[in-house]
Amino acid sequence: MFTSFKRIIKWGLTNFWRNGWLSTATVSIMTLTLLVITVLLMLNVVANVVLANLQNKIDISVYFKLETHEEEILQVKSQLERLEEVKDVSYVSQNEALIRFKEKHQDNPVLLQSLEELEFNPLEASLNIKARQANQYASINQFLESVYYKDLIDKVNYMQNKDIIEKLNKIVVDVKTGGLGLSALLALIVFLVTFNSIRLAIYSSREEINVMKLVGASKWFIRGPFFVEGVLYGLVATIVTILILYPLFYFLSPKISGFLPIGDVFSYFKVNLLSFFLLLLGIGVILGGFSTMIAVRKYLKE
Amino acid sequence: MIEFKNVSKYYPGDCAAIKDVTFSIRPKEFVSIVGRSGAGKTTLLRLLLKEEPPSEGEILVDGRNVKNIKSKELPLYRRKIGTIFQDFKLLPNKTAYENIAFAMEAAGRAEEDISEDVPQILSLVELVDKADNFPCQLSGGEKQRVAIGRALIHKPDILMADEPSGNLDPLHTWDIIRLLCRINELGTTVILATHDREIINALSKRVISLDRGRVIRDEENGRYIV
Repeated sequence: MFTSFKRIIKWGLTNFWRNGWLSTATVSIMTLTLLVITVLLMLNVVANVVLANLQNKIDISVYFKLETHEEEILQVKSQLERLEEVKDVSYVSQNEALIRFKEKHQDNPVLLQSLEELEFNPLEASLNIKARQANQYASINQFLESVYYKDLIDKVNYMQNKDIIEKLNKIVVDVKTGGLGLSALLALIVFLVTFNSIRLAIYSSREEINVMKLVGASKWFIRGPFFVEGVLYGLVATIVTILILYPLFYFLSPKISGFLPIGDVFSYFKVNLLSFFLLLLGIGVILGGFSTMIAVRKYLKE
Repeated sequence: MIEFKNVSKYYPGDCAAIKDVTFSIRPKEFVSIVGRSGAGKTTLLRLLLKEEPPSEGEILVDGRNVKNIKSKELPLYRRKIGTIFQDFKLLPNKTAYENIAFAMEAAGRAEEDISEDVPQILSLVELVDKADNFPCQLSGGEKQRVAIGRALIHKPDILMADEPSGNLDPLHTWDIIRLLCRINELGTTVILATHDREIINALSKRVISLDRGRVIRDEENGRYIV
């Protein structure tokens, strides 16, 4: 049993080495597959970061009538925080609103002067609300419009921002589903290409498989070395892929970070190098092994 | 002991490759099966190897019906029958030594046995100095001798040769035939399928003649008459 196992490994390695050109071609195709898969993964990561960034920029503000007491506002705040859809609520008091207003318009002396001339603070206190999902703002707005709060609230800027929020919402959903669909399609295509190139490699060995059968080799003894070869395709392709990606991300990373609101792609790659390696290795080895098994099975049938 | 009892083989379209063939071969016999191309020689051998089942009749080897051999037992059964072919059927990516050793490895034999037996076989087929050559580096006759060496490695009871000289020049042909005779003298049943008139007439051993799938003649010290 152990001897057979050793022989299967030995022949797998020997065949991989002796079929130099065939192995090179198959490994190249598999490397391309793994590269495409990595790029798709990275694109998904980048897209998610960009979308999360955009979503973070959306919020709605509730402005309270001037005569509303702070305790009442804080009560509304704590009630809002209890809602499942709400991620974060921040309170901006009248004073704070005034400070922010002054800061924002410090280059506009006319505006500041006219503010000075007023004897009271005309700015309303407000609550800034961030939802967990972009599509939840409508229900938060509904909650605020309920009868109980009507007397306290001056206005909710949801209606003004409604169109933008909904449009962004649609973009987020479209990009996510579209990206996923496109990735799945591309992944399927590269899988099929690899599968077929391995099948062709085995096709060239069909006579050999027949001869092995005739000299009395068991099915496993015939299949084994091909399986080892398939796994080797995956292993070598993974190593080659990582060797290509490492310098690629190193040089491209500064350029990508320049126009996208994300951190360093290279350092992300470096931190996750082991996971990337294991993931690609898993895909490569399973794809290689699986494809050879299916291809050999056809010629093993009597 | 090999027995063919009323064996027929039909291919799709009602084309009969062999029809109602009956004969038996005793242990240690040297039998030639002759006939023109398409007479059914190769089909006969394929049925014996259980590469395909007969449509009718039964084939017994040492009293056992070949039909009843399960696919798991098939490798074991085939090791008892050494086979050589017109096109040699060597593994192109393995050297002469490895081609012979592979058959032993496939049978799960120990490394010591392999390193002992393979050189012996190589010297029997006179290929010691070509042990590390790949098939593409060997002549036709040398390739056939590797194939014979491989067929003999399990010390089979039966050696089947399907047109072994079909691709060889007369000189190499006689090399191979002499080798087969020697193997037969050492106690192995040899079945030789050929359409080479000269070989058959010179051998003066038992000849079974086939024509369009039927046995038309079966004689000791036979000659090629079709």
